[in-house]
Amino acid sequence: MTTLPTSTTKKLGLVIDLDTCVGCHACVISCKGWNTENYGAPLADTDAYGSDPSGTFLNRVHSFEVQPEQGTAQLVHFPKSCLHCEDAPCVTVCPTGASYKRVEDGIVLVNESDCIGCGLCAWACPYGAREMDAVEKVMKKCTLCVDRIYNENLPEEDREPACVRTCPAGARHFGNFSDPESNVSKLTAERGGIDLMPEQGTKPVNKYLPPRPKDTLSEGAGDIDILAPYLEPVAQETKGFLGWLDKTLENL
Amino acid sequence: MHPAPSVIFFTVFSGVGFGLLIFLGLGLPAVTGLNAFAFFVIAYLCAVGGLVSSTFHLGHPERALKAFKQWRSSWLSREGVCAVIALMVMALYGAGLVFFETRWVALGLIGALFSLLTVFTTSMIYAQLKTIPRWNSPLTPLMFLSFSLAGGALLAGQITTATVLVLLAAIVQVVLWMIGDGALANSGTNLATATGLGTNGNVRAFEPPHTGTNYLLKEFAFVVGRKHSMKLRLIAIALFAVIPLLLLLLAPFSHWLAVLALISHLGGAFASRWLFFAEAEHVVGLYYGKR
Repeated sequence: MTTLPTSTTKKLGLVIDLDTCVGCHACVISCKGWNTENYGAPLADTDAYGSDPSGTFLNRVHSFEVQPEQGTAQLVHFPKSCLHCEDAPCVTVCPTGASYKRVEDGIVLVNESDCIGCGLCAWACPYGAREMDAVEKVMKKCTLCVDRIYNENLPEEDREPACVRTCPAGARHFGNFSDPESNVSKLTAERGGIDLMPEQGTKPVNKYLPPRPKDTLSEGAGDIDILAPYLEPVAQETKGFLGWLDKTLENL
Repeated sequence: MHPAPSVIFFTVFSGVGFGLLIFLGLGLPAVTGLNAFAFFVIAYLCAVGGLVSSTFHLGHPERALKAFKQWRSSWLSREGVCAVIALMVMALYGAGLVFFETRWVALGLIGALFSLLTVFTTSMIYAQLKTIPRWNSPLTPLMFLSFSLAGGALLAGQITTATVLVLLAAIVQVVLWMIGDGALANSGTNLATATGLGTNGNVRAFEPPHTGTNYLLKEFAFVVGRKHSMKLRLIAIALFAVIPLLLLLLAPFSHWLAVLALISHLGGAFASRWLFFAEAEHVVGLYYGKR
């Protein structure tokens, strides 16, 4: 059935910290790697070494410039993948039932053997989270690494989505939003996590933490950093032969 | 949106085909025997030809039968179900007219109703999408229905009805263009809400996630120049409305001019449908700074 479940037991999803993301694209690569080598149709590249390379990705990092009315512009790196919406429009439009939202954890998945590749779900998604694979001709999307998070063959620390596991900056967090005590719920509450395009009525599960205001470096120019004493030169005056040589050469 | 030829061909031809089936179902014209056979062949060629062409844009057309399953939630599935019911009922009704010279009235009415529902469900596939504000309007089903009925009336030789319906289609089309031009701006979705960064300042797309192209850009970021779109709109409305109306009003009883009117109308309908797709702005384009 492609009708949505009225409620899900868990609400698994991601918190993406726009303050911390450095835009290294490591999550893009680890996602492509894991999802090409494991569950489902591989993520194809076409004309990879030619003049018009194109490929399927489930996670992409945009960069935006934010110019406040006063002050310097801020560059924000913006990773975007499926937000596993509670009111997922991509699920209800599917004519075959290939797209579905799981009752147990709220993950939105595609049953690739039922997908006719009509593309309507990608049309219905405002976030561009679904991409039709050019080779397999089926719709691909983030699975929240459903083949990692429950995989008991993996060490426990690896049982989280590949993008979260790989992020060197710690900008991505994985957890259960229906538990108010979970890491992701707390982070969202503390940092004022937001929904993307709330007016579209999709009720996304994934939350984005807004970047903090930029440091005002020019204002603090006169202050001495508390670490400054540790940075002072250790050698005060040269002694011994080198000291004599230094002085002699100076006097010449 | 990328204007895929298969989908344009499908929506125009199946629209006209089902439009003709609606009129035949209502007994307009009240034909039997060989005449009825000719009308039904034309209607089925258009309707089924359109449906078959729509499967060309599928990634896996061999799985198309699975698409009948989700009629409870999916407009695309409902379209498939309605089309099959309409075609089967109208085939029975047509057999009555052609082989038994009898008109089973109830069957014709049911067939006409499901033909109408097929066109309506097709239009709802587009009208339901909040992601494309230009389409997300009750005018979209009105436009599809008025074009289908106008084309059907022309094919059925219902001159007076056709005149009224072509005029109606032209009015709906112009209003849809006018309202559609402001639809994205009025939808409340912009780069600020898309990124949630609006409170910090003015947001601008700085760098896309990749140097090449991708599925999203090919499918959703198609842009028509304003100049071109204005010209195409004028060409479309001249072809689908002005020329046919003039021909019908000047010489209502000439068969040849009626055929000319029909050809002109279809040409204009193609231009209009091409614009329907090409001008539609999907909100995902915002992330790429394409709006």
